[in-house]
Amino acid sequence: MKTRIVIGFFFFLILAGTTISAFGQGVEEKAEGKEKFKASTYILEHIADSHEWHILTKKNGESVTIYLPVIVFSKESGLNIFSSKRLAHGQEYKGFRLEEESDLKGKIVSVNEEGQVDEENLPLDFSMTKTVIGMLSAAIIGLILFLFLARSYKKTGVSHPKGIQSFLEPIILFVRDDIAIPNLGLHKYEKYMPYLLTAFFFILINNLMGLIPFPPPFGANVTGNIAMTFVLAFCTFLITQFSGNKSYWRHVFATPGVPFWLLPVMIPVEIIGMVSKPFALMIRLFANITAGHIIVLSLICLIFIFDSMALAPISVFFVIFMDCLELLVAFLQAYIFTLLSALFISLAVQEHH
Amino acid sequence: MTGTLAAIGAGLAVIGAGLGIGRIGSSAMDAIARQPEAYSKIQIAMIISAALIEGAALFAIVVALM
Repeated sequence: MKTRIVIGFFFFLILAGTTISAFGQGVEEKAEGKEKFKASTYILEHIADSHEWHILTKKNGESVTIYLPVIVFSKESGLNIFSSKRLAHGQEYKGFRLEEESDLKGKIVSVNEEGQVDEENLPLDFSMTKTVIGMLSAAIIGLILFLFLARSYKKTGVSHPKGIQSFLEPIILFVRDDIAIPNLGLHKYEKYMPYLLTAFFFILINNLMGLIPFPPPFGANVTGNIAMTFVLAFCTFLITQFSGNKSYWRHVFATPGVPFWLLPVMIPVEIIGMVSKPFALMIRLFANITAGHIIVLSLICLIFIFDSMALAPISVFFVIFMDCLELLVAFLQAYIFTLLSALFISLAVQEHH
Repeated sequence: MTGTLAAIGAGLAVIGAGLGIGRIGSSAMDAIARQPEAYSKIQIAMIISAALIEGAALFAIVVALM
């Protein structure tokens, strides 16, 4: 009871503090006519992909940014490779511009001599963006980890796990014993283990790297990018369809026990079901990771919205709490993606009796 | 206006999914309490059904956002 009163009092203090500082902020703003802090733009900028990696802005307005390579292909000038520094602050270079307004915001467009955007044929953009760098570094980290692992297995054999082995072996065994074997069965699981392990560790490493805000290869929102999760889910889709056996396809095109006049309805429904499962995989991973990033960023934004230093410790405390939760989510989402992939594959390969 | 309606729609979807996942969680707790030795099997079944419900809710949210 006593602790409850104390906690209640604490929250009351926080509330009172925030309202007072918010009130102060409002008055100050009117006096100075300062530009209002827009939390949503700030958050969206942080979770979106970009051609440059912004690290910090100094007090005098200078910003420390890593400019990433831009690779664009257009019909007129062919392949162009240059640094995105040439496009910074709305500059034009070689007839390209990084659009800052309108619905093409954040995209590279080709402009003619009068500076008008050619909306008909947009150049193809293969740039090494933030997401691409993040993804490649995750792949490299994964490769290094597993090449070390393979080498130590070669040296010591399977008997005594040591060093990196004792860290990764339980996770690999977890994927095998808790995901692959219960769903796919003892006879078929080995064929799909490479994909399941790859998907699991790739998602896990990317999720964890996304949680580390700093320095650059970390902190890109890779698994919170819909294109990224689309490709992952599309792999599961392809594997499911290509490993589908006779009874799986019969279930789709001639569902047993269904009268033939119902088939025109059943076949589209089955095909939608085929597509919607990986679609849910894609949206789930994307939404969970993006939501986590948004929560953390909005907690940080609270400091700037109320413009008070007093709020900072509370906000940081909640951010740490959320980050701990996100650690769990990072693992859980990798697990669920792999588990459901295994489940969908198992539905396609199981024998009906 | 449409933004507000979309937000209400997303909220309603979350209510439904929350109720569903809550029920799954409580039933799984009951089941584990009754049969602690079947813990891992129950957990897998629980996560799968929670994921399916979550999938439905995510569809609703995507539709609301579009």
